[in-house]
Amino acid sequence: MNAPEAVKPQTPPQPGPPLWLLAELTYRCPLHCVFCYNPVDFAHTPDELATEDWLRVLREARAAGSVQCGFSGGEPLLREDLEVLVAEAHKLGFYTNLLTSGVGFSDARARALKDAGLDHIQLSFQDSTRELNDFLSHTRTFELKQKVAATIKDKGWPMVMNCVIHRLNIDYIDRIIDMAVELGAEYLELANSQYYSWAMLNRDQLLPSRAQIERAERITHERRQRYGDRIRIFFVVPDYHETRPKKCMNGWGNVFLTVTPDGTALPCHTARMLPGLAFPNVRDMDVRRIWYESEGFNRYRGDGWMKEPCRSCPEKEKDLGGCRCQAFMLAGDPAAADPVCDKSPSHHKVVEAVERAERGEPAVVERPLVFRGPEESRRRKAGLLPPGG
Amino acid sequence: MSETATIGLDTTPRVSKRFRLQWEEAQQAWVLLYPEGMVRLNQSAGEILRRCDGARSVDEVVADLEQAFATTGLEADVLAFLELARKQQWIDL
Repeated sequence: MNAPEAVKPQTPPQPGPPLWLLAELTYRCPLHCVFCYNPVDFAHTPDELATEDWLRVLREARAAGSVQCGFSGGEPLLREDLEVLVAEAHKLGFYTNLLTSGVGFSDARARALKDAGLDHIQLSFQDSTRELNDFLSHTRTFELKQKVAATIKDKGWPMVMNCVIHRLNIDYIDRIIDMAVELGAEYLELANSQYYSWAMLNRDQLLPSRAQIERAERITHERRQRYGDRIRIFFVVPDYHETRPKKCMNGWGNVFLTVTPDGTALPCHTARMLPGLAFPNVRDMDVRRIWYESEGFNRYRGDGWMKEPCRSCPEKEKDLGGCRCQAFMLAGDPAAADPVCDKSPSHHKVVEAVERAERGEPAVVERPLVFRGPEESRRRKAGLLPPGG
Repeated sequence: MSETATIGLDTTPRVSKRFRLQWEEAQQAWVLLYPEGMVRLNQSAGEILRRCDGARSVDEVVADLEQAFATTGLEADVLAFLELARKQQWIDL
């Protein structure tokens, strides 16, 4: 027992508003991406929220100060009420973003979304080569995406192209960047895969080598020089190759609020995996109370929850101990230091994964990739799988 | 938009189509919204940008601000801010 700590108030600091609302409208998706962050047990998700529920969530979140609204999934175009929700969000003063694979984006829906006031579309591409793209997404969608990109530009939307980068496509990064420019994207996110959910199952096959990353960064830098203001390129560095963790979600319950298809409110996409935490549902609690009062959102706010080595670390404000999900997955404790940090006693687990990637061990190649899909999801019961198993 | 054009008193800047300027009650601030992002403006930046409508000249913006805040001598500050805003691509000239 430690007297000074006992009297120290444990109330987390009062956060600002939930500026970012991510509405995950559905887990249904025509793609089967091997790096998807949707939960592996998504097929067990009970009923999706009804239109009226989402309209209420939008109004409550806006009243609580949310200003960016992302409609995501799964594939949000599979919700037939998408236009109704976008129209309401627009009317409320949100900046509305649609995060889509482009499947289901017909001319008619493009017109309806434009009329509803949609501000921006983020289109995801898996790769610039159709063969690899189709292999990675398990569908023949590449030509369709080119068509969708043309429609987006034609309607005058700004376009962010998003491409998840990993071992199997990182060597084509020059062609990915060139294609984004060709299609007229204003922004390109080269998001190195983060190892959660389906990506965690496939981690050994997806983790690039250090040499691959260095080459990709060099090429990205060259392309930035070449294209200048025509496109802004964001290269999201993979944290496994670092020695300090990322400031995950810019802080737990700090700016970001996700509502999942069944109405569960989460401080990040994957937080539902954390044990011993009850996350509220928008069917039972309004957004303001969820944000400011629920146990799920308060648990890892600030730094009062930290253990060593984080608690006494001079850098703790900088990264807030990293990612709670990664701490749970790799160190078995959501309150531990993120094992990406070389001060973490579990750092060797990250190092070992990177070393396997460096060696390109046969096991990496021989184990089949696990494609995201409802049958695979039903086969894998929640929580029973070891990381990468 | 020209890279080299200088911002003068007769320039008529407007908020770029890449951004949406709006007042946020919860933050008590003007913000610039763009795909998946937001710039929170301080009071003077917000007051300048909300007057950049593509119709008013810099001269008129300065005069309007000086009247609204009962002060004088804002010209240099406004021009300096607009240079910054142009570098950030917040405004078109």
